[in-house]
Amino acid sequence: MELFWLAVGTIVAGVFGCVAWFWGSNWVLDKIYPPRGDRAGDNIRRANQIRPWLFLGPAIVFLATYLVYPVLDSLWRSLFSSNGSAFVGADNYLWLLGDDKFRESMLNNMLWLLVVPALSTLFGLLAAQLTDRIKWGNIGKSLIFMPMAISFVGAGVIWKFIYEYRASGETQIGLLNWIVTRFGGEPQIWLTLPGWNNFFLMIVLVWIQTGFAMVILSAALRGIPEETIEAAILDGASPLQVFFKIKVPQIMGTIAVVWTTITIVVLKVFDIVFVMTNGQWGTQVLANLMYDWMFRGTPDYGRGSAIAIVLMILVTPIMVWNIWNARKEVR
Amino acid sequence: MEGMAGQKSSLAWVVNLSAFLLVLLWTIPTLGLFVSSFRDRDQISTSGWWQSFSGSEQTGFVRSGTVDDQVQQDGLYVIEGSALEGTQKLSAWGTGARQPAEFQPGETTEIEDGIQLTVAADGTYRMTSAQPFEMTRGERIFTTTISPPEFTTENYGRVLTAGGLGRAFMNTMTVTIPATVIPILIAAFAAYALAWMQFPGRALLTAAVVGLLVVPLQVALIPLLRLHNDLGIGKGYLGIWLAHTGFGLPLAVYLLRNYMVGLPREIIESARVDGATDFQIFRRIILPLSFPALASFAIFQFLWVWNDLLVATVFLGNTREQLVMTGLLRELMGSRGGEWEILATSAFISIAVPLLVFFAMQKYLVRGLLAGSVKGG
Repeated sequence: MELFWLAVGTIVAGVFGCVAWFWGSNWVLDKIYPPRGDRAGDNIRRANQIRPWLFLGPAIVFLATYLVYPVLDSLWRSLFSSNGSAFVGADNYLWLLGDDKFRESMLNNMLWLLVVPALSTLFGLLAAQLTDRIKWGNIGKSLIFMPMAISFVGAGVIWKFIYEYRASGETQIGLLNWIVTRFGGEPQIWLTLPGWNNFFLMIVLVWIQTGFAMVILSAALRGIPEETIEAAILDGASPLQVFFKIKVPQIMGTIAVVWTTITIVVLKVFDIVFVMTNGQWGTQVLANLMYDWMFRGTPDYGRGSAIAIVLMILVTPIMVWNIWNARKEVR
Repeated sequence: MEGMAGQKSSLAWVVNLSAFLLVLLWTIPTLGLFVSSFRDRDQISTSGWWQSFSGSEQTGFVRSGTVDDQVQQDGLYVIEGSALEGTQKLSAWGTGARQPAEFQPGETTEIEDGIQLTVAADGTYRMTSAQPFEMTRGERIFTTTISPPEFTTENYGRVLTAGGLGRAFMNTMTVTIPATVIPILIAAFAAYALAWMQFPGRALLTAAVVGLLVVPLQVALIPLLRLHNDLGIGKGYLGIWLAHTGFGLPLAVYLLRNYMVGLPREIIESARVDGATDFQIFRRIILPLSFPALASFAIFQFLWVWNDLLVATVFLGNTREQLVMTGLLRELMGSRGGEWEILATSAFISIAVPLLVFFAMQKYLVRGLLAGSVKGG
């Protein structure tokens, strides 16, 4: 109950504080430069120069403190030893290059990068194309989209019921092993199978991200001018040809957006690995490796920060590409 | 597509079927959790959830009566009794461990010279012999029974009253609601400035917001935790609200700006001509018109904060009093992997709220996604 009031209090204080800031600062500004009297024109001009910054102020403070500063601070910290006492230059990065776990994480992250965006986009495209053509398509869309609302941890529990292993001969309570044994196969401990276990983790993310891809690609598919499709059909194109040669090229831009968005999610993937294998059995990824160095045992902020910076460097190309696109749009 | 006349019927069939399969494939995992949350521990650990609808098969054996139980009827020696308890129903039976389901109910078999055994569907057996029985140990009768599908809501009762889930639920709520409401306000003002006010550096700031959209959270953890400690905020609700506000802002500003830019210029210009201040324009015109975008972001932020594990783990701490639901689930998965029913039920409760929000507000969610992504393409 106490918690409840704390939360309510915060909302009220937060909302009230924000409103008070925006309203109050505007009021003060109008007092300093009143938009009337002899110098009204001058005052209005000056006030209008300052006003945008009042509106932007809190957002800029938050963005600077919670996103810009940490990047710079991590960069700086990555040049120091584990507790930050001694300057070690590029040592942390050199250590990374030689570390087996780091190489494994990089390799796995690359694998994730190849597989998850590709499969999610592919299934999303398929789902969009299929559900757009049927009567109960909207219900179908909702159901495929649903995993999007489920937390990675929840998804971990859900898929535990699919990957669970029981010794051969016992009743399998994991769906996958049950199917395998039904067809005469041997039950497997899926999450410890070297190499393959990565794919079983990836499937979870594909399951979550496909709905996102589907929603966006479905909108793009519906935006394709009808004439281009009709013309192709009149020319005798088969449905497959229409799809691959007429539709897909026209939504390439959207596919790229979907692909990059999922790529960002993949680069940051943490929870799934964290709760399902915790990076054991060769499934380590960068985000979880970083967590290990920062919060397990004796924290090593230098190395942890170095890994964080590697993550930052990996997302930078996409960041630049996004900005480039946005600027084209704003002009 | 309507243009596909000719191949319509067969193609429509294939499309329907494959769409159905795809939807099934995507729904089954969640369904499994849902069904499992209504089964007790024994059921979960002895059979798969997909078998729970058909009833579970159980095998066992009893010993028949012995010499002492025999009676004489019509010149035959008879031992009678029941191989089942209560109202169970027999589906098969047998007399040896090798073939415990050799016979159907009602069938008769000859065990050894002149001794006949029949077991009926209700479990009553009848052993007859022309000679008096001499055995002092009963004959083994193996039974296979089907118990009807059984579901229980007991798990929910248990989980909600004990085990810390109620507390975790409250904690998650406490984290989520302020962390959803506050960034909206801050972002709305900033988005208005970026969309409709003239000032130097506007394009640069907009670009910066787009760039900050993809910054990995992981980079921010340590520096911010230290900052919070230096400022005296430490680990606690205030810290996590601030953190989520900061992390959510780029998306909020970006979504809202994109939406506000699309509002009709004439309305805003004419309000300016009429002498409305920016503050009035924002409050009376922009804010009400931007409701769909505000709703979209609110849903995104709600889902994201509710489902977050990393930020909560780092900024809130891991004591029982501070654990959010994702944290609790993680703990359950690690330490009590055997308690499937607790895990399944807790997990389902934790995903129920986002699912409700999702299905109720799907329209806005989709709109927000489209505003955020299709523009670039």
